[in-house]
Amino acid sequence: MAEVERDPFTGRETTGHEWNGIKELDTPIPRGVLMFLIVTHIWAIAWWFFVPAWPLGTTYTKGLLGVDQHTTVEARVVEGQRQRAAWTSRLETEPYEAILADQTLMRTVRDTGRQLFGDNCAACHGRDGKGRANYPDLTDDDWIWGGTPEMIEQTMRVGVNSPHPDSRVGQMPAFGRDEMLDRDQVRNVAAYVYSLSHPDYASAQTSARIDAGREVFATTCAACHGENARGSAELGAPNLTDAYWIYGGDLDTIIATVHGGRQGHMPTWDERLSKAEIRTLALYVYDFRNGAR
Amino acid sequence: MAELTHRKLERSAIGFVIAIIAAASVGGIVEIAPLFTIDETVEKAPDMRLYTPLELAGRNIYVREGCYACHSQMIRTLRDEVERYGPYSLAVESQYDRPMLWGSKRTGPDLARIGGKYSDLWHVTHLNNPRAVVPESNMPTYSFLGRTPLRTDDLPKHLAAQRALGVPYTDAMIENAARDAYGQATPDTDYAAGVTERYGQATQVSAFDGVTTHVTEMDALVAYLQVLGRLTDAAYRDTAATELPPDPKN
Repeated sequence: MAEVERDPFTGRETTGHEWNGIKELDTPIPRGVLMFLIVTHIWAIAWWFFVPAWPLGTTYTKGLLGVDQHTTVEARVVEGQRQRAAWTSRLETEPYEAILADQTLMRTVRDTGRQLFGDNCAACHGRDGKGRANYPDLTDDDWIWGGTPEMIEQTMRVGVNSPHPDSRVGQMPAFGRDEMLDRDQVRNVAAYVYSLSHPDYASAQTSARIDAGREVFATTCAACHGENARGSAELGAPNLTDAYWIYGGDLDTIIATVHGGRQGHMPTWDERLSKAEIRTLALYVYDFRNGAR
Repeated sequence: MAELTHRKLERSAIGFVIAIIAAASVGGIVEIAPLFTIDETVEKAPDMRLYTPLELAGRNIYVREGCYACHSQMIRTLRDEVERYGPYSLAVESQYDRPMLWGSKRTGPDLARIGGKYSDLWHVTHLNNPRAVVPESNMPTYSFLGRTPLRTDDLPKHLAAQRALGVPYTDAMIENAARDAYGQATPDTDYAAGVTERYGQATQVSAFDGVTTHVTEMDALVAYLQVLGRLTDAAYRDTAATELPPDPKN
């Protein structure tokens, strides 16, 4: 080692480095910092005993506090459920009429429902519930599978054409593609169906086609859509006489629907949402009609 | 004494480099290495299914298009994530994910449990033009996927590569990979029957993009999205939360 040089003012040793006459002092770490380091090291060693720390081959030291991310989050989720239990238990057990009559509870349903609808339903039915092509409007009075809260709950629970064992099944066959009707019959029946919601369509040129279509409808379509074409909520057959169409109500789209069939798909929410959440959403959707939003 | 050691170490370049590497690797040795021997790291899931060739092809497209840059596949152990997305992710759920796609960036939502949440048609519409179903979305359009035929002739090699990494594909699965990819997107054919025979009845056979005459990259990607979170029920079994979903079979 080189000889030790001391700084005359502070009495500290120097490192021996010099820049333009300024010498670097070899000052030890301040006592406060050193104490802090010692305390944190002791704390770290103590912490090894409190939380999971050391690997022991196929297992590890679990720690005295029993901390585990899985049980922690599960406890927090349960705690959240407990906080909500005041109204979720009412939603699970009380009949819909009672809930609808309770304005305080309905305010909670609207607040929570908006969140749940945005996370789960809005992707298809739109944030405002008005739907879009291929996805039904939930704000009107036209319901394919029934519009009471009970029916909405059931549709949400089992889905439509979903993998759920009790799924609602709605299959519009591909009458044209699968050759149950020939090309003319498809066009005739489409013209008849179009004329139901567009009375102006009937004219001298179209009446023959419409009359022929009426016969095809009676033998082929009426089984599901009903003789008056007003549909059936039990079979999920839409009403064909009104202005609302899921897939489009212009003549070309109706021809395409009769030709190629339609199989709408509503997922099952049984696995994904709790009973209270499904009932909240059923009420939220039912509530659309009251013009609440 | 300590001071002397340090002076000595600083004057030995190689020794100092080795000391730096040793110090920098402490984190990895302490936090990562033990996980390879601890039994609890990966949970047990006897019902774990394998990705079908079509789903694996979709996964490759997911990687190719960089979906992981905006979508994570990892529900963390936080209450708000569990309440929004469902049970937190378990390690076993990605035991056949090579490479894993957990991600850490959410420009879009987490996709770990997206499978079955929306219909096939919704996914196709959304990939063709995300704004058509989610007006505020800033996701790019992937409409070219529906116009691009899926390359299936190399699928046996993809499966073989996965097997080399430890995914238990059988010889029959590798041999039939191209046929199974076609079959999963064409219901009611003999090819489709082979898929459920080899990969289990729970496999979703569907005309994902609505066209059964040929298999496109859209079919593959939608098949992959629809299986996310559905390879095993382990996450639903292991969580103690009272929000446990009832078994739909009961």
